[in-house]
Amino acid sequence: MSTSLSGSGPAQQAPGRGPVRRGLPRTSRTARNHAPITATGLAVKVVLLGLVAGIAIWAAFPLVAAEHWVGLGILAATTAGLGYLYLGRRHIPAKYLVPGTIFLIAFQVFPVLYTASTAFTNFGDGHRGSKDDAIVAIQTSSVKQVPGSAQYSLSIATQGDPTTGALVFLLGDPKTKEVFAGDAGGLRRLDPGQVESSSLTGKVTAADGYTVLNIGQASVRSKEITDLVVPTAGGAIRSNGLTRAYEGRAVRAYDAGCDCVKDSETGRTWTADAQAGAFVAADGERLTQGWKVNVGLQNFSRVLTDDTISGPFLGTLVWNFAFAIASTGGTFLLGMLIALALHSPRMRGSNLYRVLLILPYAMPSFAMLLVWRDLFNTDFGLVNNLFGLGVDWFGGSWTARFAVILVQLWLGYPYMFLVTTGALQAIPRELTEATSVDGASPWQSFRAVTLPLLLVALSPLLISSFAYNFNNFNAIYLTTEGAPFPADNPTNGATDLLITYTYRLAFGAQGAEFGFAAAISLLIFTIVAVVSAVSFRRTRKQEEVYS
Amino acid sequence: MTTPTAVPATGNRAGTARRRGNRWLTQVGWRHLVAVLGVLFSLFPIVFVLSAALNPLGTLSSTELVPTAGVTFGNFGELFQRTAFAHWFLNSLLIAGVASFASIFLSALAAYAFSRMRFRGRRVGLLSLLLIQMFPQFLAIVAIFLIFATVTDLWPGIGFNTPWGLLLLYMGGALGVNTWLMKGFFDTLPRELDESATMDGASHAQVFFRIMLPLVAPILAVTGLLAFIGTINEFLMANVFLTSTNSKTLAVGMYGMLQGNERNANFGIFAAATLLTAIPTVLVFQFLQRYIVSGLTAGAVKG
Repeated sequence: MSTSLSGSGPAQQAPGRGPVRRGLPRTSRTARNHAPITATGLAVKVVLLGLVAGIAIWAAFPLVAAEHWVGLGILAATTAGLGYLYLGRRHIPAKYLVPGTIFLIAFQVFPVLYTASTAFTNFGDGHRGSKDDAIVAIQTSSVKQVPGSAQYSLSIATQGDPTTGALVFLLGDPKTKEVFAGDAGGLRRLDPGQVESSSLTGKVTAADGYTVLNIGQASVRSKEITDLVVPTAGGAIRSNGLTRAYEGRAVRAYDAGCDCVKDSETGRTWTADAQAGAFVAADGERLTQGWKVNVGLQNFSRVLTDDTISGPFLGTLVWNFAFAIASTGGTFLLGMLIALALHSPRMRGSNLYRVLLILPYAMPSFAMLLVWRDLFNTDFGLVNNLFGLGVDWFGGSWTARFAVILVQLWLGYPYMFLVTTGALQAIPRELTEATSVDGASPWQSFRAVTLPLLLVALSPLLISSFAYNFNNFNAIYLTTEGAPFPADNPTNGATDLLITYTYRLAFGAQGAEFGFAAAISLLIFTIVAVVSAVSFRRTRKQEEVYS
Repeated sequence: MTTPTAVPATGNRAGTARRRGNRWLTQVGWRHLVAVLGVLFSLFPIVFVLSAALNPLGTLSSTELVPTAGVTFGNFGELFQRTAFAHWFLNSLLIAGVASFASIFLSALAAYAFSRMRFRGRRVGLLSLLLIQMFPQFLAIVAIFLIFATVTDLWPGIGFNTPWGLLLLYMGGALGVNTWLMKGFFDTLPRELDESATMDGASHAQVFFRIMLPLVAPILAVTGLLAFIGTINEFLMANVFLTSTNSKTLAVGMYGMLQGNERNANFGIFAAATLLTAIPTVLVFQFLQRYIVSGLTAGAVKG
């Protein structure tokens, strides 16, 4: 993006500030070049560029240490580009655009493109890494203790915090007295000089750079300890209790000849299926560890063809539109009504009303959403108490939908009230006065003059409000969490928006399906972009906007 | 929509026949009625939060709209004792403060270029900003998670559980949100101003910092405030990003208060936390209210 914006390039006859002086003689360019270089300007430039260079050097060391040459190249190119851009006097527009664009590319465009690319893969639980990763995982998870397995003394350690840091096994070989450190990445030998071990059992008691967990700390994390498998050449090392470990033999092994995994105990084989990214047995059984493969448009066609998905999906789409329209329209109508009511020279105390009315907008919305969730509580919620009802609000589809829209109305109308007030004040009084002189009723003058002018002024805000509400994750996730769910489908509830549905697919308890979630993200993006583009066009403000 | 229809019947023509009081009712009275109803709707959840915060029992089930069981500030004390609320508050202020300031500055720079300069790729740039903004950024959260897992390995200082990493992430969204709005503000400033400054020999940087920025400063303050509120309320990214207790922001920490079995029991301290969170924004809001009205629509109308 930065390249396309990097200024007029060869078209120097239309320098950066061209149209500002449209119609003036070309002398303006010399004027700009003669603009004096002030001492402050120079100082600021030097300090900022020095800062950039300093950050680049600070960032370079870890890259060199980790041998990330591509990253280092990008860093060097970016730094050099910044130096070139700000030391020279050309490419003026780029000087203003590049700072924001760098962040935009690094933290928005790049992740979005990455997400888009995963939409064509089966990336997700069981399909995370490469085929080799899957083979290693299958082999190590099938490790069993067999007679004659090597035994080690075990100490649990970490290089970080004892309660959260990644675990490391410190293993002492009782025969050779050698000490190893092992984690999921493999086994490393430790220098005997850095290790203290008990002379009696050979158990490591301290090691440089590691914190050895005591029994209490270790037993809290026993599940992690049981799950930690250290791959070795002949199999893998697993813990046996908190103080002993054994090197077991893998029961399942990969055979490159038949491109399959064989179980040496049962004799079953699972053959690699490159299309599905998994090892599949003759009877269709799949091993859970697969690998990431491209699946083309399968994720997209699943939305349309898979009945368990397409039916609920369509319902969610319709509800999503209804929610966005009702939220935007409802807040606008209510906000406008109150703004109209307060917009009168004869109205006293309108300032006080205004102060109180916009309070919901100033309250922290995440907290108020959680409060509203409890206001709708069936047993002791205020809504039921106040009106003497016993409604299970989030239990029924329609009451839950009504409730979330009501909450959105409360959160959103003060904003609409504020902007409508502003737009009303911008409409010249002569216009409405003229209509009343011509004998129009206030309703006619509202319909024919005020409302169209309001809509012209506010339609960009209404469109962006629609786009925002279409993807209003918090409004659902912090209140109903998508509930109520139909009995047969725990992934798609009645108040789910596409975005909360996608979030559940990607991070839910059913197991992550990042590829499928990314495909739906792309669909959401397309829908919002098309709706917004069409409505922007309809407002016919386009030409003015680009002028 | 029904209430405006009630207005016309009276107007100037029919009014002469009726009594004064009746006229007041139809011309002004309905306005007060609408406003009072609106205020009631606005206030009742807030009054409920206030009542819950002062409730001595501190549970959701014992909270009424009007505190009947007495009033106490015990929930506030408990909030600071039992949770890392002070940490969360400072984290949120730091992150939201720096993020809103920096993002306003970055988008003001870009908006100046888009408003006052003509260059190749300008139209494409504006349109792509609009498009990128529509992609829900947090759907890219898997990618962001993987990116920052690498970043945490390389530079722990800007990785997970640090405010700086989250700040960088928020910076990524800076251009998309505010550039269009601010371009609208800059477009409303007469071009003669910077033209004459340029004729007098001012450089483009001087025009920007000395002339344009001071003129839009009130509006910038409002946009900054809105960005501040938006960042304070941001939950999802922060929830993935900040997991250790002391690094959390208000949104993440307070969400945790109402999880699981503690939900009913913690409601009092949650309400107290909500009130404390709201104080700074409500205050600034009341000060800037005037500018908010003119600021938002200035950008929208001319946008």
